[in-house]
Amino acid sequence: MNIHEYQAKDIFRDFGLPVPGGKVAATVDEAVDLANEYGYPVMVKCQVLTGGRGKAGGIKFSPTEDDVRKNAEAILGMDIKGHTVHKVLITPAVDIESEYYIGMLIDRNTKRVLLMASAEGGVEIEQVAKDTPELIFKQPIDPRFGLLDHEALDMGMRLCPDDIKKARQLASAMQKLYVAFMHSDASLAEINPFIFTPEGKGHAIDAKVNLDDNALFRHPGYEDLRDLDAEDPSEREARQAELSFVKLEGNVGCLVNGAGLAMATMDLVKYYGGRPANFLDIGGSSKPEKVVNALTIILSDPEVKAILFNIFGGITRCDDVAKGIIAATESMDIHVPIVVRLTGTNEEEARALLAETDLVPAETMDEAVQKANELAGAAS
Amino acid sequence: MAIFVDQNTKVVVQGITGRDGGFHSSQMLAYGTDIVAGVTPGRGGQMFEDKVPVYNSVKQAVEEKGANTSVIFVPPFGAAGAIYEAADAGCKLIVCITEGVPTVDMVKVMPYLQERGVRLIGPNCPGLLAPGIAKLGILPTSIVKEGPVGLVSRSGTLTYEVVYQLSAAGLGQTTCLGIGGDPVIGTNFMDAIEAFNNDPLTEAFVMIGEIGGDAEEQAAAWIQENCKKPVVSFIAGQTAPPGKRMGHAGAIVSGGSGTAAEKKKALEAAGIPVAERPMDIVPALQEIWKR
Repeated sequence: MNIHEYQAKDIFRDFGLPVPGGKVAATVDEAVDLANEYGYPVMVKCQVLTGGRGKAGGIKFSPTEDDVRKNAEAILGMDIKGHTVHKVLITPAVDIESEYYIGMLIDRNTKRVLLMASAEGGVEIEQVAKDTPELIFKQPIDPRFGLLDHEALDMGMRLCPDDIKKARQLASAMQKLYVAFMHSDASLAEINPFIFTPEGKGHAIDAKVNLDDNALFRHPGYEDLRDLDAEDPSEREARQAELSFVKLEGNVGCLVNGAGLAMATMDLVKYYGGRPANFLDIGGSSKPEKVVNALTIILSDPEVKAILFNIFGGITRCDDVAKGIIAATESMDIHVPIVVRLTGTNEEEARALLAETDLVPAETMDEAVQKANELAGAAS
Repeated sequence: MAIFVDQNTKVVVQGITGRDGGFHSSQMLAYGTDIVAGVTPGRGGQMFEDKVPVYNSVKQAVEEKGANTSVIFVPPFGAAGAIYEAADAGCKLIVCITEGVPTVDMVKVMPYLQERGVRLIGPNCPGLLAPGIAKLGILPTSIVKEGPVGLVSRSGTLTYEVVYQLSAAGLGQTTCLGIGGDPVIGTNFMDAIEAFNNDPLTEAFVMIGEIGGDAEEQAAAWIQENCKKPVVSFIAGQTAPPGKRMGHAGAIVSGGSGTAAEKKKALEAAGIPVAERPMDIVPALQEIWKR
């Protein structure tokens, strides 16, 4: 789950990171009130779940009340890479002398949290990693000991070789960021930039945190951080129905058991010249209720012209799966053709059941995909 | 022979009295897997299907029944705890089927396993099936066949699809292994490939990858350097949009890396054919293998 800058900053504050004050406003008047409370200058920062906010004009330095009014008016409602701005963060502006990048993520290779830091702060770190990878320093962190004092200070000194006071502040921020990462079950935590004022005081002036969906069960409060406005309505419905779903721009609706097979099915739709409408893993269960939920979500997209079931039964009996699909489709008012491919135990019996309905049976994944593409193409 | 299991594999199932644990334990027993014990704290003293004694701890299962391998079916909040327990009790192979384990838990588990010389498969995986030897997990036995092909995959049902096609073409398997779809997993492609390369009965193998991370690229480099056996590959997720998690926690294209195109390029550069469709895997293998 991705969360907004202001929410990430709240987490950082809880773990003692030096974050300037700030609150969010949903209206221009609220923004002005907050700015008057903090005193000028302030920053007006759009809160959307995407990068490149500054470049898109969503972050404005605002030295006076008039500026705050003008900027908040412009930014609220702005569209940034398909995300509408509903909230702006009002935060005191600080003088910047130098900028650094501090980030942590899960490194699949070392199977550890990896600290990455660079003196090239304030720019897109992906670009730095691409153009000048030697300017990013890395330190895998042993979970038994955490980020040790000397490891953190060593990283701090690499970033600030001539200023031990700044190096120490960076080291302390890194250690606090690690504790925040582990305690919040993050999958990514970034401060970009961590800045020093001309007086030598460090601040985390931007924050990005992604939370591990698998760990939300032990952070009951984090569910409130979810931005329901930023979610596609069909993806929200799917999440609430405990289905793994991603909406795409296509016309062949896909219901598949298993994430890998679901991806391979989408790929095959495209291979045969069709356009998959979604990724959907229906999981191991063929309960009619679950199939109904999945179909409802897929059919809420008017673009969908055909439905493709690709189920590899494995241990589950295919005739049971077929019965579930038939019960579900009969209980609904469906106007698009449905192709069903079932493979595994009792697949012949399953196909016999399907043959008595309007559902279109297919024997292999390839046959099913070609039929679904054809039917979707014919209807478009 | 197979990789990671043999005739001496004695299994304890953690979570044997649960719905999934019970169902799949029956299936494993039916295939002839030597399940010597089950563990569910608080259910010690019961019998599973009148054959398998249930204990309160893995330690008891190891001491009294000589279990050396654990298969875990406990819910996500208890999965890491179950892994620590199995490792501490002396199990040298742990297969964790559980889906939805927090990644930070797995990061913490890893050094504990390394210190004890324990191999973990998973989590969020179907486990492994060595035809004619043992089944540790949930792979369907009806689709496998004994033979010379190894198979390693990050997926579940996509693995079944490919195994099904291999068997239909008369190509049996030494071991079918699902390593799991999470970002941090115990056994990765490299470990599996090295094992297949060293296994005298495995003559050729198939590697099924997907978007996210760079394990396929690393495996490609290793195969090019070290492996003489024929290998073919398949990568799922070419149509996946960036930044979206495609079901598996680890299946995500982030910051422009981990794409299917990158993986395909790296594999092909290492001389490993990458099948365009799942149905092209078997013909591709037959073509380079020339048995």
